[in-house]
Amino acid sequence: MSNSAINFKHIQKTFGAETIIENLSFEVEAGEFITILGSSGSGKTTTLKMVNRLVEPDSGVIEINGQNIEQINLIELRRKIGYVVQQIGLFPHLTVEKNIATVPELLGWDKTKTQSRVKELMELVKLPYEEYSDRHPNQLSGGQQQRIGVARALAANPQIMLLDEPFGAVDAITRKELQKQIKLIHQELNGKTFLFVTHDINEAFYLGDKVMIMDKGKISQYDTPKNIIKNPETEFVKDLLDTIYEEESLWRMLK
Amino acid sequence: MIEYWRDYHTRLIEALLDHLQLVTISIVVALAIAMVVILTCLNNQKWVSSLTYFFSALYSIPSYAFFALLIPLSGLGTTTAVIVLSLYSEYILLRTFSTGIKQIDPTIIESARGMGMTDHQVFFRIQLPLASKSIFSGIRLALTSIIGIATIAATINAGGLGTVLFDGLRTQSIVKIVWGSLLTIFLCICSNVILYLIEKFTLRNLELED
Repeated sequence: MSNSAINFKHIQKTFGAETIIENLSFEVEAGEFITILGSSGSGKTTTLKMVNRLVEPDSGVIEINGQNIEQINLIELRRKIGYVVQQIGLFPHLTVEKNIATVPELLGWDKTKTQSRVKELMELVKLPYEEYSDRHPNQLSGGQQQRIGVARALAANPQIMLLDEPFGAVDAITRKELQKQIKLIHQELNGKTFLFVTHDINEAFYLGDKVMIMDKGKISQYDTPKNIIKNPETEFVKDLLDTIYEEESLWRMLK
Repeated sequence: MIEYWRDYHTRLIEALLDHLQLVTISIVVALAIAMVVILTCLNNQKWVSSLTYFFSALYSIPSYAFFALLIPLSGLGTTTAVIVLSLYSEYILLRTFSTGIKQIDPTIIESARGMGMTDHQVFFRIQLPLASKSIFSGIRLALTSIIGIATIAATINAGGLGTVLFDGLRTQSIVKIVWGSLLTIFLCICSNVILYLIEKFTLRNLELED
């Protein structure tokens, strides 16, 4: 065994008659930033949710740091994993500070420790504590909410972060800004494993140390961005890359 | 009118207080039951909806008949009245509570679960505060409706403003009927205002006011 942080072994998942995930196996090394790219219905979100057991596989084993997640207490497992969803899921009735402090409070941290952690995280996501801590989520812009979502997920210093299309609902400029920030955050916080689901090819290839391309519940290709572009293994990946090349020529033409 | 008040105001006020007591006990009992039901059936929407159907069937029984039906079981008087009034409000409370909880954005609940909250923590920290507006309107609705129904409870000796009303009916005294009705309306409005203030205060503390 290498130092694999997440290890899927022959995972199968069906909803009713529909097979969502078919014999999925892959490994993620600790500290890697993995983007999972696929169209809707490809099983990418299901894959992500199986890591913190919001979805349970029908068969197969998932290991985190070599330990079968079914043998870890569900609540403890989830508190050790950061989780950000597309619609952000900030609690609308709590202030920014309270939102970020959610998991530390669940873990019973004392007040001063929690508060200094909140300050630290707000600095990390570039929203000054003095100005934003007392605000409610609806008093923030979409991009700011998303950054608070990331800060909240990082609160208890999880070794694994799951991000489900976190930048799906923000405008292009904010999105680019957030992508730069999340990449920087990953580099600053040495050794954390990020699993980032997206349907945006640019985002996937920009952010990922490795990109996992999923199609119909299977992995089409799982490699570094460079290797995928150099050597696309399946028709699906080729098609996907073609859309980018087409766009590229469109932009060149318009110039 | 005024004369009647001058002569009998102690009796009228007594009836009013009896009425208030009857209604308050009933709503508190109903609230407690509703909380227990919602909390124990959190992950079982089927149970909640079948229970709601059960209470809606009870709700459709005319109050006169309902009081009469229970006399062999719990006799005449306040106990029977409280049972009937609680059952009536139970339906309204369960319906509004479960709707209020269902209306919360599911991604918020999923976030809470994904962050490692237990079912109870999700309920008390997220669902209950976010459903509080519907919960309050449910309580107000239930209270208003049972203040009216409670007048019928006078027929089984449970006291309250119904005694004044039925007395008026029996003796064909318009004055008594008007006073009974006026005080019932007064009670409705006052309790609604008080609940409204409690609601404002709570929502402000929960920081849910827009």
